[in-house]
Amino acid sequence: MHLKHLSAINFKSFRQVELELNPKINCFIGNNGQGKTNLLDAIYYLSMCKSAFNSSDRQVLRHGEQFFVIEGSYQRVSSNEDIYCGFKLDEGKIFRRNGKTYDRLADHIGFIPIVMVSPTDSALIDESGEERRKYMNGVISQYDRVYLDEVMRYNRLQAQRNSILKNHPHVSFSYDLLEAIDDQLVRYAQTIHAKRSSFVEQLIPIFMDYYNRVSGGEERVSIAYRSHLNDGDFKTMLRNNIQRDRTLQFTSIGIHRDDMVLSIDGYPIRREGSQGQQKTFLIALKLAQFEFLSRVSGIKPLLLLDDIFDKLDMDRVGFLINQVAHDGFGQIFITDTSKNRLDMILNRLNSGFRLFSIENSEVSIIAST
Amino acid sequence: MNVQSYPSKLLETAVEEFSKFPGIGRRSALRLVLHLLRQDIEDVDSFTRAITDLGHNVKYCRVCNNISDTDTCGICSSPHRDAGLICVVESIKEVMMIESTHQFNGLYHVLGGVISPMEGIGPADLSIEKLVDRVNQGGVREVIMALSATTEGDTTNFYIFKKLKDKPVLFSTLARGVAFGDELEFTDEVTLGRAILNRVKFDASIPG
Ligand SMILES: [Zn+2]
Repeated sequence: MHLKHLSAINFKSFRQVELELNPKINCFIGNNGQGKTNLLDAIYYLSMCKSAFNSSDRQVLRHGEQFFVIEGSYQRVSSNEDIYCGFKLDEGKIFRRNGKTYDRLADHIGFIPIVMVSPTDSALIDESGEERRKYMNGVISQYDRVYLDEVMRYNRLQAQRNSILKNHPHVSFSYDLLEAIDDQLVRYAQTIHAKRSSFVEQLIPIFMDYYNRVSGGEERVSIAYRSHLNDGDFKTMLRNNIQRDRTLQFTSIGIHRDDMVLSIDGYPIRREGSQGQQKTFLIALKLAQFEFLSRVSGIKPLLLLDDIFDKLDMDRVGFLINQVAHDGFGQIFITDTSKNRLDMILNRLNSGFRLFSIENSEVSIIAST
Repeated sequence: MNVQSYPSKLLETAVEEFSKFPGIGRRSALRLVLHLLRQDIEDVDSFTRAITDLGHNVKYCRVCNNISDTDTCGICSSPHRDAGLICVVESIKEVMMIESTHQFNGLYHVLGGVISPMEGIGPADLSIEKLVDRVNQGGVREVIMALSATTEGDTTNFYIFKKLKDKPVLFSTLARGVAFGDELEFTDEVTLGRAILNRVKFDASIPG
């Protein structure tokens, strides 16, 4: 699968941009703040119906504008697919596939599978469990269309439950009411737990394989899925926790507290991993995600490598290049600030490519093979 | 137009009242008021009389809470309706929608909303006890839940199901995939009619 043509209007820093792309490698070179990342984000948006970096659609709208549009033409398996995304300030966003508007955005997510590797991935190690839940959600939603809806419903039920625990002034506390909510909460939690469990279980061997290949297998890394639901029957646990939850005035257990435990030689990688080990860990995690998505969807995802070479030593750059040069990868988008480094990378990749420069959100083509 | 620039206090008050309607902003409210001003005073009188009468004289059916000119509504008092079926809906709007399908021959029960503790709506704010009383009085074979397909609609289904599960009634819901509640007005009559005919037994083991 590959993106043949991309155009955008009023997306982030771009007033207007239109590109013909190479089916294999596309490189964007430019200084920081010129719009390279924004361009990759437009591609990401067309796949995931949201920005990789901004939680609100208003934030991706070009300053002072009322609407934005992104369009992409893809070659997917043997068919042409035109994906259109339009956002208006008053009306929100719509997605169309070949002219037909999607009823639900969730029906589109995963149609054009995608993996982005960027410096912000370090949040997966440094930040709270929410980042790692987002990671799981981002992958699972690409092959399971009802998953996001289940997570949203779970979160909504949890918020309703918390309102009961907080003793809303107009709603008196009632066990009957709590049970009507808990019955549903338990089923959604169990479904989501089973999906996350199965995802992490399948991801682990792929991840370990990648990590060992780049590190030479000297350290032992692991990923574990942590959830209250691993410890027993959730319904019983909820019931046993009611007094505690009433005191705390929120739901203290459930899949909203899930996490992925990332460790090296038995210790948390956040504390015990060196900078280099952490970077290798993250790259292996993202490549594993790529491999996993290719297996479940039968399609090679688009791979976005945003400004990641700068912070890597040449060994790791070399490893990464050898991996993506491999047949297992499809279309790749790379951004970098250094022309020399990109030339070196392109030499090693030994593949057709297109090289663009980006300056002040204007894109021009430098070279094409 | 600037909000402060009304040339008349009377005009401003009228605009304020109109802008309380859902979906009516000050600009639209002004257009409606100016339209009223161009009408004959008799027409304006009959307009305000209709609204005053509605406000003062409207009744709700003592059985099902549907809007009615009499103590018991036309549906509840009709000898041609099947009193063994009760279709539970959120508001009068859904009664009208379902009636327009001509596919349902039972009675209704208007709850007055769905349970949403976040918004301060608990079971006591809805007509749930009255529904349980209706079932307890006997003669009801089936209770059909036709609420929004939201988590709040589902919570209300679960709550009422628990209240009725020991009673000798069948508890059913509309087939999934049919937009309801707020989305109901976008559902066509054929789809809605089919959803009522193809209702399914409520399954407490499946979420939603
Ligand atoms: Zn009635």
